[in-house]
Order: sequence, then C-alpha cells, then structure tokens
Amino acid sequence: MGTYLRYWVQMIRCAFSGTGLYYAWMAALTLVVIAGGYALSLQLDEGLVVTNMSDQVSWGAYIANFTYLVGIAAAAVILVVPTYVFHHKDLKEVVLIAELMAASAMIMCLLFVTVDLGHPERFLHLAPGIGRLNFPRSILAWDVIVLQIYLLINLHVPGYLLYKKYLGSEPTRTYYLPLVFLSILWAVSIHTVTAFLYSGFGGRPFWNSAILAPRFLVSAFASGPSLLIIVFAAVKRFGGFPVKDSVFEYLRKVVMVAIPANFFLLGCEVFKDFYTDSTHVASMEYLFFGLYGHARLVPYIWTGLALNLTALIVFATPRLRQRRLRLAIGAFLCVVGVWVEKGMGLIVPGFLPTPMGDLVEYTPSAIEIGVCMGIWALGAALFTVMAKVAIAIMRGDLRAASSAAPRLSAAEEADVSLA
Amino acid sequence: MADRIPHNPEHPDGLGRRDFLKGLLATAATATVTASGCSTDWDRFFQKHYKELTAEDKQRVFDRVKREARERFNRELNLQDPKPIPGVAFAFAISLSVCNGNRACVHACVQENNQSREPAIQYIKVIELDHGTLNVEKGDMYYEGEVPRPGKVYLPVQCNQCDNPPCVKACPVEATWKEKDGIVVIDYDWCIGCRYCMAACPYEARRFNFATPSLQAHELNTNVGYLSNRPRPRGVVEKCHFCLHRTRNETYPACVEACPTGARKFGDLNDPDSDVSRIVKDKRVFVLKEELQTLPRLFYYFD
Repeated sequence: MGTYLRYWVQMIRCAFSGTGLYYAWMAALTLVVIAGGYALSLQLDEGLVVTNMSDQVSWGAYIANFTYLVGIAAAAVILVVPTYVFHHKDLKEVVLIAELMAASAMIMCLLFVTVDLGHPERFLHLAPGIGRLNFPRSILAWDVIVLQIYLLINLHVPGYLLYKKYLGSEPTRTYYLPLVFLSILWAVSIHTVTAFLYSGFGGRPFWNSAILAPRFLVSAFASGPSLLIIVFAAVKRFGGFPVKDSVFEYLRKVVMVAIPANFFLLGCEVFKDFYTDSTHVASMEYLFFGLYGHARLVPYIWTGLALNLTALIVFATPRLRQRRLRLAIGAFLCVVGVWVEKGMGLIVPGFLPTPMGDLVEYTPSAIEIGVCMGIWALGAALFTVMAKVAIAIMRGDLRAASSAAPRLSAAEEADVSLA
Repeated sequence: MADRIPHNPEHPDGLGRRDFLKGLLATAATATVTASGCSTDWDRFFQKHYKELTAEDKQRVFDRVKREARERFNRELNLQDPKPIPGVAFAFAISLSVCNGNRACVHACVQENNQSREPAIQYIKVIELDHGTLNVEKGDMYYEGEVPRPGKVYLPVQCNQCDNPPCVKACPVEATWKEKDGIVVIDYDWCIGCRYCMAACPYEARRFNFATPSLQAHELNTNVGYLSNRPRPRGVVEKCHFCLHRTRNETYPACVEACPTGARKFGDLNDPDSDVSRIVKDKRVFVLKEELQTLPRLFYYFD
C-alpha cells in the first residue's frame, strides 16, 4: 500500500514538473477551462435558456460534441486490435497512449452529456438500484451503461500495465488481457449504441437509417486515427517519446480507407433521400441546399466535406504525406471535417424541419461555445497529464525505488515494450 | 356534449382535501423542521420517484409544493392527485370541418395549465393547411389575421397520448409513463431534463422549461394536479396531459370548454355511447403519422 501511495505521489509530482513549453500549454488549457467554468456557472444560474437550443432543436453543440467524442474513444480499437490480437510490435509501444486518449474522450463525453441536462443534480436517478434506470427499453440508459464501462476498462488496462512497469514486474496476463478483448467488442458497442440513440425514432427520418451505426464507426475510424497522428507527432516532438514511422504509416492507411468509405456511406444516404424525393428529403435539402430560405448549415456542411476531401488528398499524395507536419495538418483537416459532418451536421438537421413542419435554425450561443471549449480544454489537459506520466513510466524515468530495473539505454528506449 | 364524462369512484368528492389536512397534521413536526429553504432543496434532492412515494412521502411533497406556491405567489394551491378511473380510456375527436383556427383552445390551455408566459409555452399548436393536403409538415403554424381564411383547413395538434408512446420508451429514468386511462404523465421532480423524449416525439408535443417559468400571482390557476398543471420547475419537460386534474374529476378539458365552434369532443373510448366512441365508429377518422404505429388517442375527422 505504501508503494502504491508513493506511486501516486511520484505521478503527481511528475505531472507538475516539465519544460517551459509544458507549463505554457497547461496554463493555456487551464485558462480555457476556467473560462468554460464561468460560462457553465452562467448556464447553471440562468438555465439552458442561455443556450440557443429550443423546443424545435432540443439538442445542439453539447450533444454534437458528445457524439463525435464517442467516436474518438471508440477509435482506440484501431490500435488495440493489431497490438493485442496480431502482436504488432511497433504499435504495442504506443497503444497505451491511445487507450488513455479513449479514457479522456470518454470523460469528455460524460461531461458533455451532463452539461446538457436541465437537472444535472439529479444524475443519481440514472444509477441502477438507486434511481430508476429505464433499462433495457431506453437506448439512453444503454448508452449511460456502456460508456461508463468503457471508461473503466480504458482506465484499468493502462493503469494496471503502467503500475506493473513502475514496479518493474511482469504484468499478469489474466488481469488485463480478458478486459482488452472485451474492450474491442465494447469500442464497437459504444458507437453502435450512440448511433441507435438517433436511428431508433420513426419520427426523425433523417436519423432513422440502418446505416447510421456503420457510418458512425467508419467516420470514427477516420477522425480517431487522424487525432492519434496529431497526438503521436506531438508526443514525438515534445514528449521525447519514440514513435516509429510505421505507426504513422499504419494510421495513415487506416484513414485512407476510412475517408472514402465514409463518403460512400454518406452518398448512399444522399441517394436514398434525393432519388426517392419523398417528404423525408426535407432535412437533407435543408442541410445541403437550404429550405424555404433557411440555409445556415449549407456553408458549414460543404466546408466539412471539403475538409475531408482535402485531408484525403494530403494523405494520398506522397509529396505531402511524407513530411510529418504536413501529414499532421492533413490529419487535423480530417478531425475537423468529421467533427462538422457527424457533429452538428448530423444533430441539427435531424430536428429540422420539425415533425410538424416548423423550421427554427440553430447556432450555438457564446455560452455554449465557452462551455464546449472548456470541456475540450479539460479533456486535453487530462490527456496531456496522463500521457506525460505514462511516458515517464514507460521510459523508466519514473519507477519504484525497489525496482532493480536499470534506466533504459537509448537503444533499449526505442524498443520499449509493455506487455 | 356535456354528457358522459366518466365518474371517478376513487375520488368521490374529487378533491381529497380532508386527507391532506390529516396528513398535514401528521407531518406537522417534520414541516416545522423543513421550513427553511435549504432543507427544502435537500428534500427535493432525496425525493423518490412518484411511484415509490409512500402516503407519508406524498404528504411531505405536497406540503412542500403548496408551501413553495405560498412563498412565490402568496396564494393557496388546491393540490390534488386524482388517480385514473378504472376502465376508462380517454380520447379526443376533432372535427376539421368545424375548427376555424381561432386558437381559443391554445389560450385556455395556457391559462388552465399555468404555462410559462415568458418565454411562452403552449401545448397546442394549430396548423393551417391548404385544401388538398393533410401533410402537417407542409402547413403553417404561425398564421395571423382573421380566420378562417378561404381554402384553408385548421388542424390543432397537442400530445396524442399515444398508446405506444415513443417518449416513454426513450426516457432513461422512467420520469414519464402511460397511466391506466391512457394519459402519458411526467414526474416533474424526477425528470433530469435530458430532452431525449423530445427527440423521440413525432408530434412535437413536448416542451422544455429552458428558463424558469414566469407566471404572475393573478395568472396562477390554483386548482392543480400533482402530475399535471402544478407550477413547474425550470429544466424539466412538460406537455398536454388531457387536463387530468379536471377530466378525472368529471370535468371537460379546458380546451374543450373554450372552443367556440364545438370542434373538440372528449370522452371515454371504452364507453360505446360517448361522443368520441360514436365518432370513431361512425365517421371516417384518421390519426397523424399512422404509419409510425404510435396509436394516437387524438382522432381527426370531417363531418
């Protein structure tokens, strides 16, 4: 127990020490979190009336970000499968970073759902046993359960492996491998359940599509690995952690497949609605071309699609993708492009026009934007701290005093392996 | 049309005020302790789901609701909790030949049900449709000026009290459910305000209190039901409840009483002689979005 406490003390000390750049980055994030906290305090004070949501568009930026981040969390599976199933050596070195990113994304998801509630203090009503969780009938009840279990899995696996590494002892496979395999299934399930949240309603034809879950997964496999490319590039550049070129190459190939597949699935939806040309085409029309003079989402969605297309071109062009910075920029375009398309580009037109033919446009208010940025900054700060500590442990900088393991040489460092 | 409003044997005097007084005495000690605002918040925090409240819990809760109304409006609520009448299935039948779009129902509903005036919350929407279509998605709910306008049909929409309600299925905490008489109700003290039910509803029937509902003391209707028109808190969903505090006490809904045209008929579908039963049997009725299988209790017809 003493060792475990010391482990935590050392980790916290590690989180608070770093280069000037690290301090600047964390200070900037903290400032944004504080600004977001202030925006949230205004919302808690006045109610959700400070948002631009309405009875017509009853979900907005919060739920859009939530949906997107479930995908980011699920995309960890892209590294988990080759690592633990196919024993890909280079990926094994970085998989913990991906799992910690999934955990951070999951925490952000839970925060985004919480700030969207009219009565966040009633969260215990969702607790099985204490409240009255409407399980298995409500898909939202399913989502609450699967998201929290996914968070626990993604905290346990890296947490356990890092502690073992800290102690300098071999991890016991039965303590984490079954959970790793469960997490593969679970990653698919969280995004499927999140898609079912929308696709289960006959009254919202724009969402009421069987390919929504596959679309969610495919777009997650574009945006998730793209974000990982950015994160790994940053970790390599600023964190002093070796990430092999093969890792970037693998992620690039995944995105190269996922972006066209995502376009294909979107195209299937577009064809179905426009060729059928029933009243159900109205939401698509509103999104892509505007309806009855309401066209606020039109430039938004076309920009999103253009970003995805540009990302694909960057990823496919040897001259562009070979420079890591250019690849990271391409990845950033994809991260934003998918965020546009499956965030507000999916949530808002689901509500418009309304089932009774009303059309009230929505753009987030300054307070909503503030809260969103606060949660993103908090997620980024959490991830930075967790990744920094994890890297320190993996490099052997942070280890138990009793641990006999010598500090890794530069050659060994490049071969850090955990499991 | 004032015939056949079903009789409620469970509430012979309709009010149960005497029970309240008894309970009030029984919980007098607790009431004194919880008189401060702070403990009221804790009371509400630990308040159980409506279906799990014991008789004593209910007394405490009702007492709190009344005290809050006294503090806020300086008026005494006649708070009731009428139960569904056994064997009754309430329904509406609305004649589109007769409705002329005057929206008297909308205003009566707002007054009866203590809806927020600013921001304005209304349970009923009247949709103006061109002759030749019954597609509500092509209608106009913001029409103004003198009605009826030539070539138009007026179609009032409110909660359909579906027999297969998507909203009840959606709610993650069972804060909304279908009662035995078919009315879908909401426990305002249990709703977490996630608005998933609003996404689920194909009739746009649910409203959310984005702001604290504003209501002047003189606007308050003091005859309130716990699951219907009592003053609502901020951050919860509300909707039409077929005026259950009236209809379970042998009175017509406010919109029916207010309608100057007689377009609205309300009654018990299980009573073969009620207006609605006869209309459903004899007229050519239709429901909105029938293909969704929500089985609405709001029927429309042309005479």
